[in-house]
Amino acid sequence: MIRAVIVMNTQGKPRLLKFYEFQPPEKQKELMRSVLAVLSGRPDNVSNFVEADAIFGPGTRLVYKHLATLYFIFVFDNSENELAMLDLIQVFVETMDRCFKNVCELDIVFNFNKMHAIVDEIIFGGQVLETSSEQVMKAVEEIARLEKSSNSISFVPKAVSGRFGR
Amino acid sequence: MYRPERRSEAPNSKPSAFSAASMAATAAITTTSSPSLVDTLFQRSLDDVIRALRSSPSSASEETVISRALDEIRREIRSPDLDTKSVSLQKLTYLASLHHLDLSWAAFHALELLPSPSLPHARIGYLAASLSFHPSSTELLPLATHQLRKHFAPSPANPPALAASALHLLALASSPDLGRHLASDLLPLLSSQSAASSSLRAKAVATALRTLAVCPDVAPVLFKPLVDCLSSSDPRTVSAAVGAFCELALAAPDPFPYLPLAPEFYRLLVDSRNNWVLIKVLKIFARLAPLEPRLASRILDPICQLLRRSHAKSLVFECIRTILSSLTDHEEAVRLAVDKVKEFLSSDDDPNLRYLGLRALSMLGSAHPWVVEESKEAVIKSLSDPDTNIRIESLHLIVGMLCESNVVEICNLLNKYAMKSDPEFANEIIGAMLVTCGKNLYELILDFDWYVALLGEMVRNPHCAKGEEIERQLVDIGLRVRDARPELVRVARDLLIDPALLGNPFLFRVLSASAWVSGEYVEFSRNPVELVEALLQPRINLLPSLIRAVYIQSVFKVMSFCFISFIEQIQAVELLSVGGSTQRSEKNGEQSDTVPLKTTESNVSEGDHGDTTADTVLLLDLIDKKTNFTRESISDLMNLIETAVAPLSECEEVEVQERARNVLGLLFTLRETQFWNIEAAHELKSDKELSEIIELLEAAFSEELGPVSANAQKRVSVPEGLNLNANLSDLSKILTDYDLTPSASISFSLQSYNPQETKEDSVLAVEPSSLLAEHRKRHGLYYLSTHRDGDELNDYPRANEPLLPVDHGDATEDLVKLTTPSLVPRKSKPTKPRPVVIRLDEGDGTSTSHLTTVKKSDNLLSEAIRGVLLENESQPSLSGKLDTSSKRRENDASDNSELISQQTESVTLEHGNSSSRKSRQHRTHKERNESHFKNEDIEKSSRHSIKSSRQHRRHKHRQRGDVTADIVPQTPAIQDFLL
Repeated sequence: MIRAVIVMNTQGKPRLLKFYEFQPPEKQKELMRSVLAVLSGRPDNVSNFVEADAIFGPGTRLVYKHLATLYFIFVFDNSENELAMLDLIQVFVETMDRCFKNVCELDIVFNFNKMHAIVDEIIFGGQVLETSSEQVMKAVEEIARLEKSSNSISFVPKAVSGRFGR
Repeated sequence: MYRPERRSEAPNSKPSAFSAASMAATAAITTTSSPSLVDTLFQRSLDDVIRALRSSPSSASEETVISRALDEIRREIRSPDLDTKSVSLQKLTYLASLHHLDLSWAAFHALELLPSPSLPHARIGYLAASLSFHPSSTELLPLATHQLRKHFAPSPANPPALAASALHLLALASSPDLGRHLASDLLPLLSSQSAASSSLRAKAVATALRTLAVCPDVAPVLFKPLVDCLSSSDPRTVSAAVGAFCELALAAPDPFPYLPLAPEFYRLLVDSRNNWVLIKVLKIFARLAPLEPRLASRILDPICQLLRRSHAKSLVFECIRTILSSLTDHEEAVRLAVDKVKEFLSSDDDPNLRYLGLRALSMLGSAHPWVVEESKEAVIKSLSDPDTNIRIESLHLIVGMLCESNVVEICNLLNKYAMKSDPEFANEIIGAMLVTCGKNLYELILDFDWYVALLGEMVRNPHCAKGEEIERQLVDIGLRVRDARPELVRVARDLLIDPALLGNPFLFRVLSASAWVSGEYVEFSRNPVELVEALLQPRINLLPSLIRAVYIQSVFKVMSFCFISFIEQIQAVELLSVGGSTQRSEKNGEQSDTVPLKTTESNVSEGDHGDTTADTVLLLDLIDKKTNFTRESISDLMNLIETAVAPLSECEEVEVQERARNVLGLLFTLRETQFWNIEAAHELKSDKELSEIIELLEAAFSEELGPVSANAQKRVSVPEGLNLNANLSDLSKILTDYDLTPSASISFSLQSYNPQETKEDSVLAVEPSSLLAEHRKRHGLYYLSTHRDGDELNDYPRANEPLLPVDHGDATEDLVKLTTPSLVPRKSKPTKPRPVVIRLDEGDGTSTSHLTTVKKSDNLLSEAIRGVLLENESQPSLSGKLDTSSKRRENDASDNSELISQQTESVTLEHGNSSSRKSRQHRTHKERNESHFKNEDIEKSSRHSIKSSRQHRRHKHRQRGDVTADIVPQTPAIQDFLL
């Protein structure tokens, strides 16, 4: 299964964290630090796999992609195929690209909920469920539509920013 | 497609994000005032918080922003207004997730949002809950049971997005209790056929998998629907289900229960065009194939076809992995896979493929050495790849190729390569060499002289940080391999005199080993004086005190050795001058300058003419071999030691101080004896004091240290009549009888000496042996029975292999061997016999095999699934724990066909529909009958709420019942089914 999905920038600031096995906050911090230490030591033109036994426990590996200012990292164990995981990162990035029209780090920073919606469509409880970015797009848009309509039905929000902020 | 972030972007450049509140917020930040009226009126949105975080210049100010936001959230989250609450929870979730804060205090607020009619509220609640809840810490989650159940139920009020969120929470945070309660609610989702809910069904499958993992006892409820999903018409569901079974089969300690599903997987393997599904199916087969040889030959063909046909590298790699890990018996397939691996290895533009290619090679292991041999060039080339992954894989492959005939050549090359590599990889190489060469008591090493020299060279690597392992091996080889000792001492000396090594803290342990070796085996040293100089060089102050203590102890040994040799030399020459005058005259030229004994003046008549010439020759050898000491050299040595060690006797470190004082004590004792005046052996004999000291010293170090097995103590049999558990209170009485207290004043020595003489020698405290003997006589009960006599003590303790008396051979001969090319073709007989390596017992040195320890929880799940699949319908797994033990026994002996057939017979018996097996049935009829009745009882007691679903299942079970009964037990059955 997939153990974790991590998006972090090259300075080590996490942009999206999803652990499919619960990790307490302090542990998360430590994991981020060790992952960054490993990845920042790797030059650009090398393989995308890292044995992660020391970080995420025995038998785990991580695959990463370095795009512009971000690392996209999937942590997985022996029930996943390495190259398939690499493809999945591609699907993930493509989907974001479609969703945000030319995605950049800022989009990821400001769309916390949408990012989670995208990841949850692709990976569910550690299992890969959807590998077509088109299908993921559809599902995410459907959720957005539903949320909007549900919102318009509900009472007028008290907080002024609530109306604009969304 | 990906543009870099524009940092300069103004905070309000996103059109929707601009709001009055954000202005208020930024104003508030700049003043950092206490919560103002503005704050309470205008709630900040998540975007505002993010913006505030981004505009904070340092991490310290970021902390302030976070703590301010948290204060806000704590206030807002209590608001009765769900909108305010949800925004505040959203902010909290963001901060908790990306800034590693604890969210558990807000768990209740997350649950409060779940029933909200507004979809966004509920989803925010679910997101917060799924990120923060976990199976063991959620006392609150049971409160949500009802809400989850409501959201699972298919109704127009529940859009898929809501049900999906609810499933996600269950998947990530389910506790065993919750799983048990909600398992049956997953059933409608799992069996729904509508196309609209296909993605929901896939999600339900993934949730069911997690629920099964958390509480195995829901297997009877969830397993059948999961199996049905395998044959669903919806590709997404099939994919999810295959993924789930892959997970289950790989996690199970024993995948045997999944064997009955092989036909389903085979169908998918042949029919499916989805690479994801195929990969998972291959993974399942890789686990199942070793269990069933005919299954392996059945799947071979489709896999090879996939391998030839597919363009997806991921699928190709999975095929390779399956073949190389589980189908290695089929030469043709291995051939094909290896060809594909070579393609991988030669893809210069893709380091990923090269890396995976090397990994694939290492999967094959040592069974097919030709595979690595064939790609040798690529493998060795990879050693200099810029990618660390590839280098390390390549190193492991190369080290894996090592055998007796090429170990010398390859290790020399690797060591040279390590010298040039970066520190990290150099240590990788050194570590790999140490592990491989030291494996199984150095089984690869024929030429220990070479290996010891190699160890010495490893230390010279400036990056070497493997001191501890090198230390262990140096000492270990010294103890185990007698033949290697001369070379070992030479290497140790080189290390000791190398001033560069003292600067590297990683190598201190190696120096300690070198010091110990050169002290312990000083008789092989060519120049003991030089050794002492090295051991006492001023720079040893850099070493930690424990290692300095070892140094000083070595000085002690070397000094006593030199002194004893010197005295023996005098004796020998004396004897010689008495015995064979002819030999003496031959040797005279060499000796007269080194041992300035006035032999011509010595009184010949006193000598004993009875000595045979053979003895004389022996003595001559002795003189030739040992380094000759002159009176001056001994005297210089003593002075040197005194100057260097004397300051250490005031050292603050007790270990160093104690040993330094020992050395000085011996030194002064020797000085007092006035041995300087002694010129010939007969004078020596008359100096009783001196000869006794020498006797003592010799005895102290003549005892050879041998390796001791970790189990040695266990093997000492308890003497008959000794009750180890008896109260030892009367022991104190015995002790007072003799006024002996078990204190440090008693030291056990191996041989008995005359106690009076030792008094003056403060170094050697010797046991009053007569007292001890008497004590033993009276209280033999408390002594171990293994009382050995002196000769035996010279042997290594209880070595399994008889220790052959090894003659130490010529040093020159060893040198010749060192220089002879060790490139012998494989499987040829080694040119020289391998030196004896002392092995203590089977467990010694060999790595313990990693038997997969069966985890109990895993076992529970596989028991449960076995129960479902093997159609033990009469034993609902909720009561599965009752028969776990009996099943486990079957589990353990799964290769025992007798047991398995019994098991199947129980199946057929219960269904009563297989008349063809009646003959076999009779055999175990009685015993099964008994258990059958028991099972019925259990069944009655445990029949409860889920009756309807069970009836549904029972129908299906019966259908499958015949299938499983056919497949599991006897191997012939499975073939029919696959065809």
